[in-house]
Amino acid sequence: MSDKTSKTTRGAAKLALAAVFMFSFGYLLVPLYDVFCDLTGLRFTDEEAVALSPQELEEDTSRVVTIQFDVSMNQGMSWRVKPEMQVMEVHPGRVYTTFYSASNRTAEEMVGQAVPSVAPIAANKYLVKTECFCFDNQMIAAGETVNMPLSFMLSPGLPPNVNLVTLSYTFFDITKNASAEKQLDGVLAYK
Amino acid sequence: MFAIKRLNAWLGLAFISVVSGSAFAGQPINMPPGVTDISLEVYNMHMIAFWLCVVIAVVVFSAMFYSIFAHRKSRGVTPATFHESTTIEAIWTIIPFVVLIALSIPATKTLIDMYDTSDYDLTVKITGYQWLWHYEYVEDGVDFHSKLQTSLSQINNDEEKGENYLLEVDNELVIPVGKKVRFLITSNDVIHAWWVPDLAVKKDAVPGFINEAWTRVNEPGIYRGQCAELCGRHHGFMPVVVRAVPEAEYQQWVAANAKPESATEYAAISE
Amino acid sequence: MSTVAAGDHHDHPESPYSIKRWLFTTNHKDIGTLYLWFAFIMFLIGGVMALVIRTELFQPGLQFVDPQFFNSMTTMHAIMMIFGVVMPAFTGLANWLIPMMIGAPDMALPRMNNWSFWILPFAFAMMLSTLFMDGGGPAGGWTLYPPLTLQTGDALPFVILSMHFMGLSSIMGAINVVATVLNMRAPGMTLMKMPLFVWTWLITAYLLIAVMPVLAGGITMLLTDKYFGTSFFNAAGGGDPVMFQHIFWFFGHPEVYILILPSFGVVSSIIPTFARKPLFGYASMVYATGAIAFLSFIVWAHHMFTVGMPLAGELFFMFATMLIAVPTGVKVFNWIATMWRGSMTFETPMLFALGFIVMFSIGGFSGLMLALAPVDFQYHDTYFVVAHFHYVLVPGSIFAIIAAVYYWLPKWCGNMYSEGLGKTHFWLSTIFVNLTFFPMHFVGLAGMPRRIPDYALQFSDYNMMATIGAFGFGLSQLLFLVLVIKAIRSGKKATSQVWEDAEGLEWTLPSPAPYHSFSTPPAIK
Repeated sequence: MSDKTSKTTRGAAKLALAAVFMFSFGYLLVPLYDVFCDLTGLRFTDEEAVALSPQELEEDTSRVVTIQFDVSMNQGMSWRVKPEMQVMEVHPGRVYTTFYSASNRTAEEMVGQAVPSVAPIAANKYLVKTECFCFDNQMIAAGETVNMPLSFMLSPGLPPNVNLVTLSYTFFDITKNASAEKQLDGVLAYK
Repeated sequence: MFAIKRLNAWLGLAFISVVSGSAFAGQPINMPPGVTDISLEVYNMHMIAFWLCVVIAVVVFSAMFYSIFAHRKSRGVTPATFHESTTIEAIWTIIPFVVLIALSIPATKTLIDMYDTSDYDLTVKITGYQWLWHYEYVEDGVDFHSKLQTSLSQINNDEEKGENYLLEVDNELVIPVGKKVRFLITSNDVIHAWWVPDLAVKKDAVPGFINEAWTRVNEPGIYRGQCAELCGRHHGFMPVVVRAVPEAEYQQWVAANAKPESATEYAAISE
Repeated sequence: MSTVAAGDHHDHPESPYSIKRWLFTTNHKDIGTLYLWFAFIMFLIGGVMALVIRTELFQPGLQFVDPQFFNSMTTMHAIMMIFGVVMPAFTGLANWLIPMMIGAPDMALPRMNNWSFWILPFAFAMMLSTLFMDGGGPAGGWTLYPPLTLQTGDALPFVILSMHFMGLSSIMGAINVVATVLNMRAPGMTLMKMPLFVWTWLITAYLLIAVMPVLAGGITMLLTDKYFGTSFFNAAGGGDPVMFQHIFWFFGHPEVYILILPSFGVVSSIIPTFARKPLFGYASMVYATGAIAFLSFIVWAHHMFTVGMPLAGELFFMFATMLIAVPTGVKVFNWIATMWRGSMTFETPMLFALGFIVMFSIGGFSGLMLALAPVDFQYHDTYFVVAHFHYVLVPGSIFAIIAAVYYWLPKWCGNMYSEGLGKTHFWLSTIFVNLTFFPMHFVGLAGMPRRIPDYALQFSDYNMMATIGAFGFGLSQLLFLVLVIKAIRSGKKATSQVWEDAEGLEWTLPSPAPYHSFSTPPAIK
């Protein structure tokens, strides 16, 4: 009897452990999702500049792709942001630079974060940014306008049926979070 | 007991047929075939899937009801004892499998078409807000909000409800007939979904991301839809109305509505 | 065999009116009873919520409730029915039946059993209390999609905590089932001799242990996003709101099978008894259940075809979803083959089981249609989907639970129920359930989105019809309550066999079953 009881207890403990593992697995899904997105090109988590291989830098002058620049403001974000160019005709394999201008017409200093998104999904992997204001958050003083550079390239691997790529930025107001972080940094520095 | 049961069943049937037959005639009960090639494909696939299900149901349930009728104890049958047959079980595993493959081929084809946004004629950016839509004609420089026009007194039952109750807006989305219109869909706050049944276009509007969809309307007309993803208190009150017009009329409309200032000014409307 | 306590725990069947008995019981039958009554009470509360929804939808226009309250009704109705009715009812059935079916004296972990039940009343009291909080109850749908759910007022942390409790309870219940089935079987009761109800529950239990913690993880992320500055689902901080949907449905799709697999077990027990013929294809039934459980892990994204996925993703999830039709079809065919050339009688449990087969199949057919991704763009988030999942859950899971209660009630309380009342209950339920949910197919196809408190005029007739049906169905369930109470108090004494041709160890015990099932292991044929 006691043998059976201990077997039962051990079995139950293992199952409980499995449940705990599955809880952590829920969190593991977060990095797995990023991997999945990168693989399928669903979203591209490019928070920093990508180093280009020489192979990628071979300009394909025979091909012209239209790239469309778009911008959205998220809820509560009052900046006016405008791409310098609405559309550009580009060759894959060449790095281009353009600007977005952003103005903060409020009376307060504000911090914004731009989140990029690309359509069609199939083009996501092939739009490479070498310099982008979206790698960092942007602080704009009250009433000021700034020009924010963006350098990008379409890598030559872009599927042949894609002749239009839309690059869209959504701006989020993160002033509150940023100031909380700064305060925290201050506290830590003081210590 | 059986008599009572049979009576019950007949009463039920009679009730349902009276209700659905006479009093409730006239209201739509099926998916609209729509006004685009894609919507027609979708409709046909829906009907094929439906009739396939009906055929399977008739075969399977006939067997079942025959058995219920013939193999009942009150008829004095003695039960058989068989309880497996590898052949039969293999057959009814393989047949559905083949049917499913046959069904998935046209579905795959239509899906590939739906994903092909190349060679478009114009782009409309659609942004969902709690609780209205914003349309921006990227190339043509027109942009405006579109929100429910039905009056509160109609909703609160103080006034008679109009023909297009809850499906009417102040500014309709005007698009040219026969042109491939590409939609870029995003949201300002929570997730919405832009849906017009007659175009067979339904796509989620996700804040921070853009989704793509497209349509090419074959017939001029007014097509109505609604937000399809729960987006809060007034989710039921943010309709979509599309007015498809001939190309020339569309150009006139653009000329009358284009704003000189670049369309990106819309960015501040969240204030 | 006596009704006096045996085994290694020392509880006695005290008076049924003693509160202490129910609070401290570790007996599988007492706990099973508690679960079943709890599920019935939640069924009434969740049902009232459904009637609030149907009342508002009786006619176009806003008549009775505020749209925000309407949204919290749809949200709460789903949470109550899924976590408060179907899951506890199945756990109650498992508690009552599994030890009797495998020849065990009790569940393997009786104290944990008590704990896992008594968490539930607190969890649901907390959930219901959020209706009175600032900002109202949760109104973002039971799927809790951010960012909308993050707009919930004070209720959010309470809702999430109560869902943690519900999850904890069902994980413990599942661990108990697995431990019981793997360790407590009578000698000679091999796995492939177990009744299908035990098999389906074993597989369900593994599903529960695998996915309830994933839900717990997902909703914890919601909580930290709202209150602790993380940004799992916030694009501004590098997160993605769509990721929540992936995590949620990774839980959610297996959850759907958690809600239906035990019903397959119930129906597989009832059909052979009343057809007087052994179950056709026992082994393939077990494999089909396993196959459905496996497939449930790789189809989740069919709930989000419109969210904007790569083409390859859409195609993969479409094919995988369609595959589920194969093992499900096998089950239905096997049930019909079991009836074929049997010698059938049609007592109430059989009627509910037959109703299950027909109406669950209707839900299965609409499920197949929904699997076709391009067509799903038209179906998604409409009343067609509402009709689909109510067909598999109401005349599916709920009918199976009711069938199980009729089938085993004489074993539980020792008295036969009234067959006349039972049959009336069946016919009323069947008529009204179809009157409620069938018209929803029509309005859904015609373009009515789900979760709206008011609708356009062309949907009015069928909505009116559905509301009438819903009230009829709700009231019919009161008949069930009367019938069960009558059977508990009086009625023809049941024999230990109860049904002429019932097979299984539970029918070798006297009716009502003794307090401890098998103090000495029974001999297995």
